[in-house]
Amino acid sequence: MSSTLSTAAAITGIGEVGYSRSAPEQSELALELGAALLAISDAGLQPRDIDGLIPFGPAGACAEDIITNLGLGDLKFSAHTPLGGASAVAAIQCAALAIHAGLCRHVLVSLGRNGMERKIGARLNAFPQFKAVREFEQPSGMSAPAQLYAPMARRHMELFGTTSADFAEIALSTRLHAMRNPMALMTAPMIVEDHQASRVIADPLRLFDCSIESNGGAAFIVSTAQTAPDLAQHPVLVAGVAEGHPDEPLAISQRADLTTLGTARAAERAFAMAGIGPEDIDLAEIYDCFTYIVLCQIEDLGFCEKGEGGAFVQSGVLRPGGALPVNTHGGLLSQAHMAGYNHVTELVRQLRHAAGPAQVPGAQTGLVTGFGDMGDGAVAILRRG
Amino acid sequence: MTTEPRIAAPEPTRDSQPYWGALARHELMFQRCADCGTWRHYPRPVCTHCFSLRSEWQRASGRGTLHSWTTIHHAYDSALRGETPYLIGIADMEESVRLACRLVPPDGMSPSIGLPLRVGFTDQAGGFTLPVLHPAGG
Repeated sequence: MSSTLSTAAAITGIGEVGYSRSAPEQSELALELGAALLAISDAGLQPRDIDGLIPFGPAGACAEDIITNLGLGDLKFSAHTPLGGASAVAAIQCAALAIHAGLCRHVLVSLGRNGMERKIGARLNAFPQFKAVREFEQPSGMSAPAQLYAPMARRHMELFGTTSADFAEIALSTRLHAMRNPMALMTAPMIVEDHQASRVIADPLRLFDCSIESNGGAAFIVSTAQTAPDLAQHPVLVAGVAEGHPDEPLAISQRADLTTLGTARAAERAFAMAGIGPEDIDLAEIYDCFTYIVLCQIEDLGFCEKGEGGAFVQSGVLRPGGALPVNTHGGLLSQAHMAGYNHVTELVRQLRHAAGPAQVPGAQTGLVTGFGDMGDGAVAILRRG
Repeated sequence: MTTEPRIAAPEPTRDSQPYWGALARHELMFQRCADCGTWRHYPRPVCTHCFSLRSEWQRASGRGTLHSWTTIHHAYDSALRGETPYLIGIADMEESVRLACRLVPPDGMSPSIGLPLRVGFTDQAGGFTLPVLHPAGG
């Protein structure tokens, strides 16, 4: 399936602000707008140049908030892409479509998050796709993501022999990347024994298999590819992008195959649009709400066969200097939980060759994923212009 | 068995009310397409197989096998913290739908894929009843 959408859009600006694990001094909206202003400035644009908006929603900032604060004079396009943790990458597709159709030229995609005070349950309950879990599973004591995802990991372990040590390698490799990143919140050295000694949250998931809670704001600008060379930064083109939804996306428990995600369907389309395959990817930012979810996506993306993720990660390929560096910023596990908006900003930084000590030398083509409750996936393949 | 108030009662919809009503009578019922006979769960208006909007509720066998599970050591809901660790099981029921709820094996029994199960019922202080999975014969 070829598409004229490939390389029609570029990511031209990125902004991140206020990553912390203490009570935030700013509101979620202030964090979101702070990141938005940084992204606009980074691109060499002015707020008045923004003519499209995709805020994270739901229950967060709406387009009207952003118009009001940034004084946007003539907004031409607004949308939400409410796919949970897949929202940021799904927003790339949505923005690229609007740009390619000629509706607008510069779409601001933004998130503000107060994860320390507004806990995961309250955030999840704002998502309409959570309703089946809320009615049928929460009363039995399964509602938090760790509790809902643990049976997926258990099934994978039983079918394929995957082990907690395989999950540990993902936590460790992510931490090694975080230690090279000045914005990462968790940078203490970690060894396998630390992971294995961390308390069990929902078996088989331990504390160190879980992403951290944090505050902050993250934003990026999707622009027409034609204007990108005239802006402030080296262009990063959207070569392929897609979203994918599993069967029975309202509840993991009802899914025919617990060991795949919507990512598998998105990956096939994104690679086809980009005209390349997994072997062409220099680095990947893979949504890491939990270590197991990284392992599952690595398989769904085609970097290895289904069931071989454990052996694949144990070879060390995900680490700095490995054949497939993954989550070069430290991800949600060790940098900050910015719902994957920080995965997009990091991939752009890498492809600009501006990632400092975390830079993957010579990176030309990278992949970023999002994963959202209860299995929605999104994949974007970005290329240095 | 009735327990102290601890968790919010589910809020049934027009589509799901018969499911909760049956549980309150200690019956497990699933929704079934009135045209093609395909069972479905969780309750919803349309048959995914033939797109019929006509459905009926039929009593299920209550038998299934274990598809996957987790032992929860950290309860998200603070009202459940006194109950940890507890097991959640996902069962393949004979009607080809899944049930996800508490799994209560006898002491010393480890869960495994394919473990035969039967459904039971626990009345909750909030005025509703939850299904619970037991090993068959256990």
